[in-house]
Formats: sequence, C-alpha cells, structure tokens
Amino acid sequence: MSIFVNKETRLLVQGITGREGQFHTRQCVAYGTNVVAGVTPGKGGQKMDDVPVFNTVKDAVRETGANCSMIFVPPAFAADAIMEAADAGVPLIVAITEGIPVLDMMKVKNFLNTTNSRLIGPNCPGIITPGECKVGIMPGPIHMPGPIGVISRSGTLTYEVVYQLTQQNIGQSTCIGIGGDPINGTNFIDCLEAFQADPQTKGIVMVGEIGGSAEEEACEYIVKNVTKPVVGFIAGLTAPPGRRMGHAGAIISGGSGTAQAKIDAMKKAGITVVEDLGNFGVICKEAFGDVI
Amino acid sequence: MKIHEYQAKELFDRFEVPIPRGSVAFSVDEAVKVAESLGKFPVVIKAQIHAGGRGKGGGVKLANSIEEVKQVADEILGMTLVTHQTGPEGKVVRKILVEEGLDIDKELYLSIIPDRSTAKVVIMASEAGGMDIEEVAAKTPEKIIKVWVDPGFGIQPYHAREVAFRLNVGPELVKQFAVIIPRLYRLFFDYDCSLVEINPLIITKDKKLIALDAKINFDDNALYRHKDILEYRDLDEEDPLEVEASKYNLNYIRLDGNIGNMVNGAGLAMATMDVIKRAGGEPANFLDVGGGASAEMVENGFRIILSDEKVKAVLINIFGGILRCDVLAKGVVEANKKVEVKVPVVIRMEGTNVEEGRRILQESGLNLIVARDIKDAAEKISSIVKE
Repeated sequence: MSIFVNKETRLLVQGITGREGQFHTRQCVAYGTNVVAGVTPGKGGQKMDDVPVFNTVKDAVRETGANCSMIFVPPAFAADAIMEAADAGVPLIVAITEGIPVLDMMKVKNFLNTTNSRLIGPNCPGIITPGECKVGIMPGPIHMPGPIGVISRSGTLTYEVVYQLTQQNIGQSTCIGIGGDPINGTNFIDCLEAFQADPQTKGIVMVGEIGGSAEEEACEYIVKNVTKPVVGFIAGLTAPPGRRMGHAGAIISGGSGTAQAKIDAMKKAGITVVEDLGNFGVICKEAFGDVI
Repeated sequence: MKIHEYQAKELFDRFEVPIPRGSVAFSVDEAVKVAESLGKFPVVIKAQIHAGGRGKGGGVKLANSIEEVKQVADEILGMTLVTHQTGPEGKVVRKILVEEGLDIDKELYLSIIPDRSTAKVVIMASEAGGMDIEEVAAKTPEKIIKVWVDPGFGIQPYHAREVAFRLNVGPELVKQFAVIIPRLYRLFFDYDCSLVEINPLIITKDKKLIALDAKINFDDNALYRHKDILEYRDLDEEDPLEVEASKYNLNYIRLDGNIGNMVNGAGLAMATMDVIKRAGGEPANFLDVGGGASAEMVENGFRIILSDEKVKAVLINIFGGILRCDVLAKGVVEANKKVEVKVPVVIRMEGTNVEEGRRILQESGLNLIVARDIKDAAEKISSIVKE
C-alpha cells in the first residue's frame, strides 16, 4: 500500500512539450510511471516520445483514462491549468510550478473546494511511491520502498532527509512535498490522515519550515488522531523576521511562524524532534526502532 | 516588494481613498515649496524609508513656520534613521513627505491581507490605531476585528458596514467606511498586494475619514502583470549585494554573520544556515541558487558571497537533483579563476553526477575542503570557527 499514487496511477502531464515538462516526463517514465497523455493547447495530435498530446485536459482524460495530472505550466498560466484539470474531473493534481501569484491560488483553492479533486503543491517537488510511481522532479534513485511516510514543505531538504533514511536502510511508503507557498492544496493534516490509515506506513517523518501555522495545526491533529510514531524537523531557526526566505510562504511575520514555536508544538505533541540535520537518519533509526 | 508611503498614497489617491494634502520633497527648497502651497500650519514632515517605527526614531516632526520647515527638513534629510525595523545600522533618509497637519478626533487601524489558512482575503480593523498593532494583537486580541471576503465573490457593502459598526464610529462614518473599504479592497485585488495597511486611519474633528499613513506591499510573483508598480522600486532602500544578486535571479538575503553559504533549494538553505549556527558560526547570508541553476549562476553567487567582507568561511551545500553536481563544480572552479578566494571553502555535495563533480573539484587543484555529508561539513565549519 501507499498513499495517493501507486502502480494504478495513469499520469497526464500538462505542459509536456516545454523544456521542463519533457525532461521530467522522461525521468518519470524511466522510473516506471505510467505516463498516458500530455496536454499542450494547440499541439493536440502530436506526440512527445511515445506519449500522445491533447489540446485539452478533457480530451486527454476521455481518450486515455488519466487519473492524475502533473503540471509544468509557467506561473502566469498555472492557476488556469489546475482549474482545467479539476474541471475535467482529474482526482489528483500535482502542481510543480513555482511562483504562482497568491490571489490566483486563492481562486484555485476556493474552486477546488467545489470539486472532488485533490491538489498537491504548487511549488513542490511532487509525490513518489518508491518502486511504483514517481510524479514529480525528485531524484528517483535516492528512494527505497519501505514503511516510513514522508511529508515536507520543501524540495531539496526532503531529498536530504530521504537520502539519510535510505542510507540507514529505512525505506519509504510514500514521500510527498506539499510545497512552499502560503496557499497550497493538500496540507500536513491530509497527509497525516492518509498515512495513519495506510497499513504499509509504520512511522511518519514530517519536515516543516518557518511561516504560517500549518505545523502547529498538524501537531494538534497528531495528538488526537495519530498513533504511529512521528519524527519532525523544522528549518529556519536562524531566519530573521520580516524576510521571505526563498519560499513565498517562508516568512516570520507579526511574531508568528517562528521555528521555535513549531519545534515547541512538535515536542508537546510527543514528536521526536531532530535538531541536528546531520543526524536525521540516525535519530530516525532510534525513534522508529520498533516499527522498522 | 515594498514601496514608500508617498507612493502608496499616490495609489490611494488614484482609488479615491482620502489622504492629507501634501507632496514628496527631495531637498529643503522643495519642502519649503510644498509647505507654502499647503497655505497653513502646522505641516507634518515625514521621513520616507521602507521601515516602520519612523515616529519613535525621530523621523516624523511638526513644523509651525517656514523657518521651522527649513530646519526640520534639513535635519531629517540625510539623517540615518534607526527604528525597530531597520536594524542597528539604520537607513539614510533621502526624501521626505510634507503634509498638512490635521485635527484628529480618533485613530483607528485598518488593513487588508491574504489569509493563508482560509484562502480568503481578510480585512482587519481596530479601535487601537496608531499603536504597534502586533502588540495589540498579542495582548488584546479581542480588540482586532476580522472580516473575511471570498475572493471569487468579491467585496460587498455589508463587509464594510460590519467593520464600521464593530468599530463603534456612528452612522455618518459608517457611510464613509462603506465607500472607502471597497475602494481599498479593489486596490488590494487589482494590484496583487500582499498588504494594504493604514495605521492610523483617522477620524478628524469635522468627522472625515482620512488615511494618515499608508503602507502597501506587493506579491513579487504577480509583479509581471503590474509593470507600473515596478517603477516604484527604490534601489536605495535595498542592500547593494541583494540588488546585484537579483540581476542574476539569485535568491540572496544578506545577514549579519561570518559564514557565507550557497545552497540549492530554500528549505535546505534555511536548514544549512541552522547547521552553521549549531557549529558555532553565524550565517552571513541566505542564498538559494535554485533547482535549475547554471554554472554561471553558481559563479555569480559565489562571487557575491565573497564580496561580503564579514565572511570568514564559505559552506557550499548542494543536493543535486535537477542541478547536477558537475555543473556546480564547474561554476565553483570558474569563480575561483575570476575572484581571489582568501577564505576557506567547505563543499558538500550529493546526488546527481556527484562522482563527476568531485573529480572536477579534485583536478582543479583548488584548495577546497570537501565534506562527506552534512555532519562532516558542520564539523569542518566548527573547526574553522574555533581557529
């Protein structure tokens, strides 16, 4: 088992003919993902390698039965692409695009609330179920199948954490990057709920960063609903207030969103907090000792 | 992106939000001309810098005659203003706003911001205007009124009435609120703002609602569709190294520490800064070269870090995914040819093409300290700090 993506995933790529879209589609195919369609308006009827390209998401879904979309559309057009996928009934939408305006994402989020689609991202590395399906830009070879679910707000920091897990011979059930933007689709709580329900997942790694209160809300949820062991990490202890640290959502403002407050919330919720990134894998080995 | 108060007030004026009469001045002579055109005293002279707390820092003063205008303008222009938001080094004042003084009956607070958790726009207001609103929110949260607006549905008059009635301002002023709040909302929405704030929003003795102050921040991701706002950018208000970095699309923030660092990805960059701190150093910067950095970007990033004189050592931490380790290595080698590197450089890289990257570094003959992993990198930084 796993969450959200697996061998049954039939992937469609929006923006498949662009530079990034092509490159990462090929990487996903090489990993074993079943890529069934691409969408680039105006290029319907063409092929990207062996993948048929359609003008609209509706056409692609009707012709190929795609059940997941990965979006590489540039930021100015990405909100439109997400809404098109949701309107076509695609159940899982993974938006890689970085730099979508906040007001665009607000519209998207409110629209998605009226549909049954799940959005992961935007501004995220995507989602991978090791050995089965990769929908995103993460390097495949650092992952290995296993019992630990990984949820993170960032990209390369997730790779670091996953790499250290794999070095310790601790495999992953599914790894999800939920993205670094202030307004995103799937949040920590959605993933925690799914990992708690997934029999393959025996423990959970949660990687947060400064800004907002998503980690604190997740901690409250964990206290009430999660029985599996959780190891946490928060980036940004040294970040100054009022400065956006790369991610649009990573900003300490009005005294809220500090790393310390999040670490405190995690400790209070009984989460094993890793303070020294260099020891992440080693600490997980101890913390998950009984379940792995 | 941040803009000055006088620029924010230009936008208020365009959206017919009432502001005091006045104008910006870049010299004492210009300040005198503005004061003369206002035709009455007192006038208020306000330093224009991108930071709050100007009043407490001595950057806002009254003048009761032309002589006083000259004196105050001369005093403020060119001064280094230190506030709780500027940092201890302060900011040099290069322009001032000269405005009519008004008779204030009441000071209120009003702002419009995006709310992350509800994905709606929130209007916040308080009777405790003119004060540090973060303190009000922390100590007396019941004094902050919040009204949420669905961005698809847009602002309605009842949103504005609700704010006004809860502020206890009386029926005549409720009418003014019902006009002004929707105008501010349109400004917020049309220009992709991340903050529109008025503190204080005043009620004058003759019962008029006026924006005595104005602060607007914009969503950087949306600036591509607001070319006119880009003209408001003031490079004097930004750190020169940050301006330089922005030319190469590098995400660089200058900090006060002694250990420079270059990382790919914002989360890993923040975590690397924390690693430096744990190792006994202080990060000198935040630098995310991004997922798809080229050798040229790496080279420029490295050069910018090294041009900060406080930097005593550099830590490069790359987890190669899209950015391959061999590309990184080439960039570092090129940068070393062009700039003289006087400080120790610790490099840790992992991921795509790491063997090729390590080979390039080794064969370059450069004096680089290669770390096996993050733990090893932290130990190497720690021993450099202790020397």
